[in-house]
Amino acid sequence: MTVSEQTGSGVGNSEDRKDAGPKLRGSAEFAGDIQVPDMLHGKVLRSEVPSATIASIDTSAAEAMPGVTTVLVGADLAQSDRQFGHAIKDRPIVAHDRVRFQGEPVAAVAAVDEATAEAGVRAILVEYKELPIVATIDEALADGAPHVHDDETRPGLFHGLGSLPDRVGNICYSYGLAAGSIEGTDAEATHAVEGTYRFPAVYQYAMETHTVVADFGANEITLWASCQHPFLVRAEIADLFGLPLSAVRVIVPYLGGGFGSKSYTKMEPITAALSWKARKPVRIQNRVDESMQTSRRHGLKCWMRTTASVDGRLLGRQVRFWLDTGAYADNGPRVCATAGDAAPGPYRWQAVQVNGDCVYTNTSPAGSYRAFGAAHLTWIGESQIEELARRASLDPLELRRRNLLSPGEAVRPDGTGKPLDADLAGDVERAAAAVDWEAPKPANTGRGLAVGVLAAGAHPVSRANVRVDADGQVEVNVGTTEVGQGARTVMAQIAATELGVEVAAVTVQGADTSFTPYDRSTGASRSTTVAGLAVQRAAADARKQLLEAAAGELGVDVGELEVEAGTISATGSRSIAYPKVIAGMFGFSGGEVVGQGEVRPKPGGSGSYAEGPVFWEVCVAGAEVTVDRETGEVTVNKTATIADVGKAINPLLVERQDEGGTMQGLGNALFEEMIFADGVLTNDSLLEYRVPRVADVPAQMQGIIVENADGPGPYGAKGCGEGPQAAVPAAIATALADAGVPMTELPLTPERVWRQMQSTKEEENA
Amino acid sequence: MNRTPTLIKTTINDSGRTLTVEPNELLLDTLRDRLGLRGAKRSCDVQVCGACTVLVDGEPVSACTYLTTETAGREVLTVEGFAEHSEFVEFERAFVKHAAVQCGFCTPGMLLTLKALRDNGELEDEASLEAGLDGSICRCTGYSAILYAAADLAAAQEETG
Repeated sequence: MTVSEQTGSGVGNSEDRKDAGPKLRGSAEFAGDIQVPDMLHGKVLRSEVPSATIASIDTSAAEAMPGVTTVLVGADLAQSDRQFGHAIKDRPIVAHDRVRFQGEPVAAVAAVDEATAEAGVRAILVEYKELPIVATIDEALADGAPHVHDDETRPGLFHGLGSLPDRVGNICYSYGLAAGSIEGTDAEATHAVEGTYRFPAVYQYAMETHTVVADFGANEITLWASCQHPFLVRAEIADLFGLPLSAVRVIVPYLGGGFGSKSYTKMEPITAALSWKARKPVRIQNRVDESMQTSRRHGLKCWMRTTASVDGRLLGRQVRFWLDTGAYADNGPRVCATAGDAAPGPYRWQAVQVNGDCVYTNTSPAGSYRAFGAAHLTWIGESQIEELARRASLDPLELRRRNLLSPGEAVRPDGTGKPLDADLAGDVERAAAAVDWEAPKPANTGRGLAVGVLAAGAHPVSRANVRVDADGQVEVNVGTTEVGQGARTVMAQIAATELGVEVAAVTVQGADTSFTPYDRSTGASRSTTVAGLAVQRAAADARKQLLEAAAGELGVDVGELEVEAGTISATGSRSIAYPKVIAGMFGFSGGEVVGQGEVRPKPGGSGSYAEGPVFWEVCVAGAEVTVDRETGEVTVNKTATIADVGKAINPLLVERQDEGGTMQGLGNALFEEMIFADGVLTNDSLLEYRVPRVADVPAQMQGIIVENADGPGPYGAKGCGEGPQAAVPAAIATALADAGVPMTELPLTPERVWRQMQSTKEEENA
Repeated sequence: MNRTPTLIKTTINDSGRTLTVEPNELLLDTLRDRLGLRGAKRSCDVQVCGACTVLVDGEPVSACTYLTTETAGREVLTVEGFAEHSEFVEFERAFVKHAAVQCGFCTPGMLLTLKALRDNGELEDEASLEAGLDGSICRCTGYSAILYAAADLAAAQEETG
């Protein structure tokens, strides 16, 4: 038996979370809990207007205030490269001559405590000269629209999209995909569905707001940051301040949720700059309104048309979409590309044409949020599938049976990238059965299905070390951020299985870029699949070293050896425990064995987006809803989601991920919406921005795990947790359509649903 | 407006404390910044999310909007104090068993809210449990794991009576 075929006690069991103890007892440290000697507290002055030049800033009153030590403005940073952005370097650390969104940092104050810093911020006088604004996608694309940016496009360090095009007006990135002839398919089409759809900006609401402690010393910067991608933050900070990578140290404590909001670089540059000017450590902890203006989901406008033959064979799909990325690109280009990949849906098409643009507006920047792209497009494509089934008088499940891709078929209709690596047809049957698809429906009740795929895994680069200490205990050193998903537990299970030790014997620490091997990022459902594979390889390497040493010690061939409970033995020979093997290697009871593992793109590959994805994350769900004909209120009775994970390293954690994704999907579908009025965010607190509460949990919320060992990760695993966020809104929308209320705009608020029902009534009466 | 700091006597995690507090001082700041009790978390600041929940005389309050002066003569329990109580083990067991902890940011407030509900006999009834947890947001778990843990805790209470 080879090592990779073994699944010992660790992998496949719902082991207890490694981080539960400190999190339950309140001793787990988050960035806001970090105490650094002499630490000051920073607050940010944010622009009150969405678009203006800064005519003047008067900081004298703030500087004179007792307790205020430092006031940072854009002019302080004239010597450094002031623009950052991993995709496009379009974002100043602090605005210097112009502001592009309401909430943009204009100055920052460091003081002895947060209240004093806040008072300092209030004492700064800024004179704005307001400029015309483009507050929406339509305004940004109008003829003669003012440009949000007018300087040259500079690619960031990590756009990962091959060549980055020049900006066209307010469009910072475009996606295009074409295969087959739409005209040709139109000739054959009996049914055509066409519509324009909208999805609003929404807020991730990681409960821990963006929080950074920065200590800018003489020759180095140390950051304790609530960030998902510490190595990318390190690179951007080094680039901004002209330092070698080794002079930037990013330490990541526990994160109080991320969901994409803490991906890439956010509050780290301004905190580092404030510490640089203050010459002391500084902490900046956003409040919720500030975090809402730091990252959000892209709003979307989309036109789509789908055709089918008389017998319900899908023929062609045309998609034209625009994403509102706000004033700075952040992850917009990647979101746009992922949305483009999700637009066709995993069906067998004769012709597809997809064009998407990522558009600047004078609103707060949009970046990553769980299942981006797929969450935007899946509900639209599936709404049209639902409507086509109705017109063709076919069961929507049957229509999907006839048209879904099989494993091995091309997902991108132009044949590029990875073919389908999942049994979608089997998945959708399971989801349908779980919501009692065939059962009679009560009045005003509908059932819906959703099938989609999400380009997942990001860039396939992760490294890991696994250290077996002299006492046989194991330490896993991997850059994955514990953001709540349970990564430390899963990594421990993988290492324990490879090394034949108890999970309890394995420790997994958080990332410290000075000591932790490189990991690209924690996002895109990549940790178990990519970083987990690096851990598996590192543990296997450590095991190999131990076996070789033991073989010498025992005088047998390596092939005859077996490992159990941290002890190596061969049939008919002595056995020898890890501590003794290590003592034998070093000649005394000390030393260690360090295994190394890594994942890189295949030889000659760039690991780029075009080559990818690492895997297609499955987005399949079913739902049952009931609509109140009087009020328009939608109640979700049942949801079923499919965690098509290849191999569930920890089944309970997989279920928990999918339940969390289901509830976020339900919130996005039913009520979550950031409301901007002329570029000003009008619902910037949890009083006005509603997220799901316990009463919103459907009576039946079922997660179904599917294990076909078809993933590229350890033991055939692939990532999970994002699928429901794309599939659940789509299943709710198709269920509502099944109940007679097809919708073209999210969220499905009672008012919107009621208006749709009235307009349907009027049409019927006309 | 009275801006004079006042001297209060309060009990925090079963120990008597004498504190000089500003009239506008928030309990969350007192706990986190002055007493180093950082289990209570700051999130929404508007008494919606429950991340800062602590118990005052056994009832859950949002420390983000609760004046420290109001704790005079009362007993404050934070998660650090609760973790020392013998019954905490049951809560820990229930949360670990169901993986009702993910990022952990809501967890201390969630535990204390559930303790108050259990002490008030409101854990077994679905409606009172739902109402009691209405001010406790969890963005990670989707709540079902927390409801399973609550069911275990209700059952354990019945056993020990």
